[in-house]
Amino acid sequence: MSDTSKPIDPSRRQFVTRAGGAAGAAAIAPGVFLTTPAQAKPADQPVSSENRWGILIDANKCGNGCNACVTACEEENGWGSADPSEDRSRPDQKAHWIRKVTIRDKATQHVTTLPLMCQHCETPPCVDVCPTGASFKRADGIVLVDKHICIGCRYCMMACPYKARSFIHEDLKDQRPWAPRGKGTVESCTMCVHRVDEDGTPACVEACNAETHKAMVFGDLYDENSEISQELKKHGGKEIRADLGLNTGVRYRGI
Amino acid sequence: MSQAKLLQRLFALMIGTLLLLPLAATADEDEEEEHEPLPFSELVITEPAQRYSEETGCVAPEEEMRRNHMEYILHQRDETMHKGIRTRQFSLEECINCHAIKDDNGEYVRVEDERHFCATCHTYASVKIDCFQCHSDVPVRASRLRTQQSGLAPHPYDKPFAGKLASETLPLLTTEE
Repeated sequence: MSDTSKPIDPSRRQFVTRAGGAAGAAAIAPGVFLTTPAQAKPADQPVSSENRWGILIDANKCGNGCNACVTACEEENGWGSADPSEDRSRPDQKAHWIRKVTIRDKATQHVTTLPLMCQHCETPPCVDVCPTGASFKRADGIVLVDKHICIGCRYCMMACPYKARSFIHEDLKDQRPWAPRGKGTVESCTMCVHRVDEDGTPACVEACNAETHKAMVFGDLYDENSEISQELKKHGGKEIRADLGLNTGVRYRGI
Repeated sequence: MSQAKLLQRLFALMIGTLLLLPLAATADEDEEEEHEPLPFSELVITEPAQRYSEETGCVAPEEEMRRNHMEYILHQRDETMHKGIRTRQFSLEECINCHAIKDDNGEYVRVEDERHFCATCHTYASVKIDCFQCHSDVPVRASRLRTQQSGLAPHPYDKPFAGKLASETLPLLTTEE
């Protein structure tokens, strides 16, 4: 009686699931296996709507003055300081895939800093307004610009409530092979789609972890066992401009 | 009425053949006298760094690639962009990795140079390609690819290159500086 009424020890449960995941299959009975989808997407398979990638950002952990996520993104995707060919554009017109935003509460003088980039909305306004279909959302929730069909009209830049997109005004050279970008097209954060497709983590999240701030968590919002889903379930996470009902893939805490 | 029309047509046909006769004759003579060189035959096309396979040479038979390479990369471009399919066989990145050549100073030649693999034919045929306004026209060092994948994966794996790059291009990427 006392044994059965004992509450379940969560750490033990977690250990069991982790061990199962590591083995790839958990034996639930002799001869019966429960396979776990721990394997990454094979390269020849399309992305599926069973995943939705997201990032949870804890503004309380985000370091004031730390710029690691921005520099990592620049280095990874070859823009900003990592792109010497784009030096003649006006500062307010330069590429900004990700930027640090500082907010000061006038009443308490409390300063909050947070990285702001494409929020990868479920119903993205940029996709709604695009006249050519260049702005699109992948099945797994990542919002991208297909620069092959972008005509550079910049409607999406107007439509985005987060000012996440920028336009390339100059001829570029030596782009990263995994992040092609060129004059006359609009661009924004791709959630490091080339890494995500190969089971990786976006460069900004990696850099934040490397700085030991650990303010950013990346993962699958549809997988209830993922770290990001667990964190969101436990502590919640806010959308910026939740009133717009865009259901963003990037969530914030401490704002 | 209809008979008159028929006659008219017949007459037109006769006139037409009469007019075309001398043309056909000159074409025959040309063929016999001197062989016009085939297009692109005097071009020196550089050898790729390696073969995709013994049978096909390139990722598809060479004649097929010469005619239809643009179809392959166009298809791959849409698959990759919209569906996240990242197979390496028809990836532009791998074309560059394999076909890039270096000049006398050991530097990779850029696409503006006529010796660049894509430029050899495209300059000759006056076909302007805009791929390289956005895409890299020279290979990028392997270390960059490697660090790209060293991320703290949400579900980590122990083989960073498993199935990611064509095994043929791996040595090429890792050996060069």
